[in-house]
Amino acid sequence: MDWEIVIGLETHAQLSTQSKMFSGASIAFGAPPNAQACAVDLALPGVLPVPNRAAVERAIRFGLAVGARINRRSVFARKNYFYPDLPKGYQISQYELPIIEGGVLEIPVADGTRLIPLTRAHLEEDAGKSLHEDFHGATGIDLNRAGTPLLEIVSEPELRSADEAVAYARTLHALVRWIDICDGNMQEGSFRCDANVSVRPRGETRLGTRCEIKNLNSFRFLDLAIRHEAARQIELIESGGRVVQETRLYDPDRDETRSMRSKEDAQDYRYFPDPDLPPLWVDEDWMSEVAAAMPELPAACRTRYTGAWGLSVYDAATLTQSRELSTYFEQVMDALGPAAQAKLAANWITGEFAAALNRDGVEVASARIAAPALAGLLQRIIDGTISGKIAKEVFDALWTEGAATPDAADRIIEARGLRQISDSSELEAIIDAIVQANPAQAAEVRAGKEKAFNYFVGQAMKATRGKGNPATINAILHARLMA
Amino acid sequence: MPLDSDAVRRIALLARIAVTDAEVAALHGELNGILGLVEQMQGVDTAGVVPMAHAFDMHAPLRPDVVTETDRRADFQAGAPAVEDGLYLVPRVIE
Amino acid sequence: MSALHSMSLVETARALAAREVSSVELVGALLGRISALNPSLNAFITVDPETSLRQAAAADQRIARGEAGPLTGVPVAHKDIFMARGWRTTCASRMLAGFVAPYDAQVIERFDAAGAVNMGKLNMDEFAMGSSSESSFFGPVRNPWDLERVPGGSSGGSAAAVAAALVPAATATDTGGSIRQPASLCGVSGLKPTYGLVSRYGMIAYASSLDQAGPIARTAEDLAVLTNLMAGHDPRDATSVARPAEDYRRDLEQGLAGLTIGLPRAYFAEGMSADVRAGVEAAIDTLRRLGARTVEVDLPRMELALPAYYVIAPAEASSNLSRYDGVRYGHRAADYTDLADMYSRTRAEGFGPEVRRRILIGAFVLSHGYYDAYYLQAQRVRRLVAQDFKDAFAHCDLIVGPTSPTVAFPLGAHAADPLQMYLSDIYTIAPNLAGLPAMSIPCGIGAHDLPIGLQLVGNYFAEARMLGVAAAFQRETDWHRRMPAAATA
Repeated sequence: MDWEIVIGLETHAQLSTQSKMFSGASIAFGAPPNAQACAVDLALPGVLPVPNRAAVERAIRFGLAVGARINRRSVFARKNYFYPDLPKGYQISQYELPIIEGGVLEIPVADGTRLIPLTRAHLEEDAGKSLHEDFHGATGIDLNRAGTPLLEIVSEPELRSADEAVAYARTLHALVRWIDICDGNMQEGSFRCDANVSVRPRGETRLGTRCEIKNLNSFRFLDLAIRHEAARQIELIESGGRVVQETRLYDPDRDETRSMRSKEDAQDYRYFPDPDLPPLWVDEDWMSEVAAAMPELPAACRTRYTGAWGLSVYDAATLTQSRELSTYFEQVMDALGPAAQAKLAANWITGEFAAALNRDGVEVASARIAAPALAGLLQRIIDGTISGKIAKEVFDALWTEGAATPDAADRIIEARGLRQISDSSELEAIIDAIVQANPAQAAEVRAGKEKAFNYFVGQAMKATRGKGNPATINAILHARLMA
Repeated sequence: MPLDSDAVRRIALLARIAVTDAEVAALHGELNGILGLVEQMQGVDTAGVVPMAHAFDMHAPLRPDVVTETDRRADFQAGAPAVEDGLYLVPRVIE
Repeated sequence: MSALHSMSLVETARALAAREVSSVELVGALLGRISALNPSLNAFITVDPETSLRQAAAADQRIARGEAGPLTGVPVAHKDIFMARGWRTTCASRMLAGFVAPYDAQVIERFDAAGAVNMGKLNMDEFAMGSSSESSFFGPVRNPWDLERVPGGSSGGSAAAVAAALVPAATATDTGGSIRQPASLCGVSGLKPTYGLVSRYGMIAYASSLDQAGPIARTAEDLAVLTNLMAGHDPRDATSVARPAEDYRRDLEQGLAGLTIGLPRAYFAEGMSADVRAGVEAAIDTLRRLGARTVEVDLPRMELALPAYYVIAPAEASSNLSRYDGVRYGHRAADYTDLADMYSRTRAEGFGPEVRRRILIGAFVLSHGYYDAYYLQAQRVRRLVAQDFKDAFAHCDLIVGPTSPTVAFPLGAHAADPLQMYLSDIYTIAPNLAGLPAMSIPCGIGAHDLPIGLQLVGNYFAEARMLGVAAAFQRETDWHRRMPAAATA
């Protein structure tokens, strides 16, 4: 049978605040256990929550970025369950009335883009951590993470493959970093996904029974977990079984999902409005203030790049993977001037520059070549001072030495004598000497062997240590051997 | 009688309160007594009445995003039932 | 100067300011009374004479330096529901029997900053759930008027300590009548302010949307001075009301001319015992004589307040008390097989029967399939009850009636039937649902020579006017000056 996979994602983005959702404790990563768990986080008797304005503001920013409805009035609710990493015995979340409803995320797919509708996004607090290393057969509880502000972003079940789910997660990941609400650090758990997966015969409109796979903290695991879960469900149904709605955990070591029965046991969260917290109110003034401070969004940048600047959809997508990269690109473009050079700048940034970042494992912010310096280098390609090939050598030198100013490339070119030789008489003398020294090959060229022609090009480049203008060399060789 | 003995046990499990069979029998009567008192309001017509979760309509005040708390782990763990290496210890949690 | 212990708070403060007595002398004398009388009253859970005397000595120095405020050196005791740093803070529960508070409640901070002396932590119903102070893990509080009777609850220790003249004033909290009912049963005065007026920060939660702290003392003037200290915005409590500070003494000298008092038909219909009715009606006559006009008002949905309360309060409590799980502080069962067993045994052992009952009721009314019929319906009824008050206050400035349907009942009277106990809060619950200020002042002596209380319910933030009416009543009567034999001993 032909099966359709149906996926909805619930993503927890840790909001990049200084302090917690409801307390003044720090959320910095890596503190000693429980050193950042204050009285409120520990749920000592008598403590009370007070919401963090910066967390609410970040939720508003997200709502604006996905074109969602931002509810003027939203309600904090308590989700009640017992777990040792949940100090109050309830999590403060939003249930019936979240701060954000609706919105869409445009994701790249094989044949273009798709608009994925979002259900909602709500504010909540994170739980602590259970450490299962051996404490004489006990589990250790660290509550530093308890109370960390999260935005839970829920998609509609509109994703149709593991690839689409990953594309969605990547786009969302880029977006939350772009609008500066989450650092996106997946190793530290700042961005993690739960996937609701079900399958149905293609053409069926009703949804199948779903399983929720929890805590997928890398795109690779998200991809693998969905593939395995979908295959498991299909195999189960085809062999006459039925999918049971449950929570499952992906085990990357065994590459399988397995049931988390412990979490299912008599679960009834008894949500009700938190009596300690009056409704959250977002007034018009605040909304306008946040809207005014929003950066241009990646989708708008992409439209501009593919439109006026004539870039490919692929290049536009690559350049808008992060706001830093896009900003870098635009700074280079500003220095170069005419938009006609966009393709050249895009090629260099997505090529050499991205490769260098990758090789050194650094972010755009710590790149060894600043945007004006790269623009200076590209300018010398444009005006013919150096060839693209020589430019790569100059780029490497700039990267090694570190370059900040527009004239940095010029200094390397001069110091190393890399200026391109375009003077015909100088090149003619060199080429004549080569032709005379290689009569056999010259005869082959004259007999129509293209390979032999390339031999002469290579020899000419070698003799000029790569500085010969390739077009001029080509023209002279043509005149000497093929006329 | 909205609560039978099984329901009492289910609620006790939900609330994580151990109950003996004798306690279930007693609670069964007591809890239904309270629910009987509460039944009085079941017949009241409240159509269109907005539920009242707080004593009056107000908005949550918001806190500036400032770290105000310092490390007081030693104080807070002084009376904890079981602690090791700064962690609270609980019976092993199996996932 | 009258006997030290029988002075009101204001008289005590005056004597300290005039250096007629030092705080150390006064505190020493009261500690002596506490050690003599507490074994029979059981009003205090924790007394720490060394700390109290140290605070008194510091207060005396402050007075000597001329830096004293109106409450510097004044002894005050606190309901054991307030976190007081370094003090054992138990909420009268086994769950917290050994718990030492690592921080101060806002209320405690304010008394400390004023230089008041903390005389100790007062007994109460466990987690403030009860109307007799019998559910305490530390044993029942006894009524100073009759040691075989209850002092009311949940703030029974606060009311009994003031009535027995162990302290001139005490803090208390009120979720469904827990300040007013014990004040009534012990013949003292108590004020539950408008919800949100006093910060709940550091006050152990029972039902968050109903809980409100307030003072218990002998006179309306004392309550006004204490409210001046306790009221005020606290950014650590999201339900704390931000409004300009006011002087709650401002109407104390104002007469009753022009005042319209509403008498709810529902309060006088039935259920009240004959002695209470006589006391309350006589008090209303006194108020009329003082110039107040009375009108009958309707609170048609009043009988729904009790059922709504017994859904909302347990629902909130069931969630508020989930934090007592034996993981980070408090009691943990000695024997258990696994995590779930540790939770269940810890909570079964740590909570007393009334607390367990309310947690179970609360979990039930919030549970899947029952939420709408119970919890949501109770919240809708709550709005109707609040609306009734709003309608009534269109016709009057103040609502007056009984605080409790009877005088103090014998210890153990309701042991077999918790429901009967719930009925003793029948007049006090509705103002909590609406968030309105309410108080109780002594207005007579009823059956068995036990005190009767008069309840005054005001509109939102009408505390100053209510205290003015109470002060006028207390200038005219001496019920608030009556003391049980225990206090004059």
